[in-house]
Amino acid sequence: MGDTFMATAVSDRLRKPRRRASQREYTLTIVLFLLPLFALLAVFIIWPIISSFQLSLTKWNGITTAREFIGFANWLQLLRDPVFWKALANNILIVVLSLVFQLPIGMALAVLLDKGGKRLRVFKTIYFFPLLMSSVASGILFKYVYDPTFGLVSSFLRGVGLGSLVRNWLGDPQVVLFSVLAVICWEYIPFYMILFLAAMTGIPEELHEAAVIDGATENQYFWRITLPLLYGTIRVAAALSLIGSLKYFDLIWVMTEGGPTRATELMATYMVKEAFQAFHMGYGSTIASAMFVIIMVIALVVLRITRRKEA
Amino acid sequence: MSIGGSIKRSVIYLLATLWLLVAGVPFYFMAQTGFKKQFEFLTSIWGLPKQFILTNYATILRGNFFHFLANSLTVVSVSVFLILVVSSLAAYVFARIRFGLSGVLFTAVIAGLVIPIHVTLIPVYLLTTRVGLYDTLWALVGPYVAFSIPITVFLLTEFMREIPRELEDAARIDGCGPMRSFFTLILPLSMPGLATMAIYNAVFLWNEFVFAFILTSSTAKRTLPLGIWEYQGQYSANIPIIMALLTLSSLPLIVAYLIGQERLVKGIMAGALRG
Repeated sequence: MGDTFMATAVSDRLRKPRRRASQREYTLTIVLFLLPLFALLAVFIIWPIISSFQLSLTKWNGITTAREFIGFANWLQLLRDPVFWKALANNILIVVLSLVFQLPIGMALAVLLDKGGKRLRVFKTIYFFPLLMSSVASGILFKYVYDPTFGLVSSFLRGVGLGSLVRNWLGDPQVVLFSVLAVICWEYIPFYMILFLAAMTGIPEELHEAAVIDGATENQYFWRITLPLLYGTIRVAAALSLIGSLKYFDLIWVMTEGGPTRATELMATYMVKEAFQAFHMGYGSTIASAMFVIIMVIALVVLRITRRKEA
Repeated sequence: MSIGGSIKRSVIYLLATLWLLVAGVPFYFMAQTGFKKQFEFLTSIWGLPKQFILTNYATILRGNFFHFLANSLTVVSVSVFLILVVSSLAAYVFARIRFGLSGVLFTAVIAGLVIPIHVTLIPVYLLTTRVGLYDTLWALVGPYVAFSIPITVFLLTEFMREIPRELEDAARIDGCGPMRSFFTLILPLSMPGLATMAIYNAVFLWNEFVFAFILTSSTAKRTLPLGIWEYQGQYSANIPIIMALLTLSSLPLIVAYLIGQERLVKGIMAGALRG
């Protein structure tokens, strides 16, 4: 992409507009056309980020006019705050497990649909449904699916004689994170499935034919040809999953609000609780800023790694 | 086909059916429970209702459902319109006009893709309160538009770069300036790209939760996701009513999907396919 951009840029420069009226008009266009964009970004993204860091140096309940400047006290508190570390650990666990489950299952389903062709069209339609639900709706739905007495999971286990496995899925700190994670997978696997399927459809059929003629088995074809050709897409999927998991909020908030006993607390849920329930605007901003720093650093590292491999 | 082939096909169908159950059973549960009476639900979770009753739906529809729906429609359509206007203007500049800061500014916009919205929540909340927009639908439009801009500008820029330059060059020789060339040439040719981005943003904003949660508080100003959330608090003991509500609230997107499958999928995936 970068190269073609340079190329068009160069050829563009050689082909300067003939009419002279342009220069001023071009400048005017650039300014006028970019103004709304950067005004919005400044007000709703850039300024808030700066403001968050400023607020993180204060102690403030959000109501009184006086904000007490306390330097880096909030940041020192954050470093010693077991809840924040717990939240970060949960975030990381979600990152890892999302990568481990969502991508391979998404890939497996894409292969199934690719092999099944038109006959599996109805399957594909239904596979996609979870992605269309709002996180709020699927969160509430699964609260009832997980109900220990009237929920589907428990009643299914009892029905097949595994009643002893029934847990209080969302109430037991030992299992709750996994219960929630299963819902996250349920909702997002279709996304990766469609992403991989689209990429697979882009692989020319001739490659498959040629491989079969050369005596390759389906297995070999998948591991040696399909998968390597999908590396680019897989990297994108991994980056999306990684950054998405670090920002995670909606579904957990709806299902558990980070509980019980902080077993599903995430950076985002902790931040919302501190800022908008306990009205610790200063400390809430500290958590938010820390989250920002962590995500930006990880995003940069991920970008660096993927770019190096591409070169 | 050999025996191996038919075994393979059976395995494919078996696995496909397995995931069909995983993906579909929660929807079956949701849809059929909504037609049951509370008592029937408590005695039979899995079976279809003996009698499909509509009272749960009636309860929901007599409540604030249409109000939430209207709020969502308003916020989403206003936001999507503004997103397209602001982004197409900017994308045109990035795709078609060469100037010194272009690369830097474009990178700055793209950086917005990874910024977690949570870092802006407190300042945006404070700003909204200060300008008196707290608990209004308009409070949502600003953040919605701002956070949708990076991806939309990025993809529209790619789209506009693909449009052949010859057209514009010809127009330029005839004395057509950049603004006119945007409105008469590039914008009409970008319609497919705009449609895709409209769908992508509409689906995303239709389900948005955090800003709506932080920036509104009264029932009158809730969008659909927040409305569901409130209902759930109100009726949490009556599972069939909740399920009727969830079914109703999921219908708009599911119906849209069934009607315009390819388009919608393309729209939703637009954000990811930039790789």
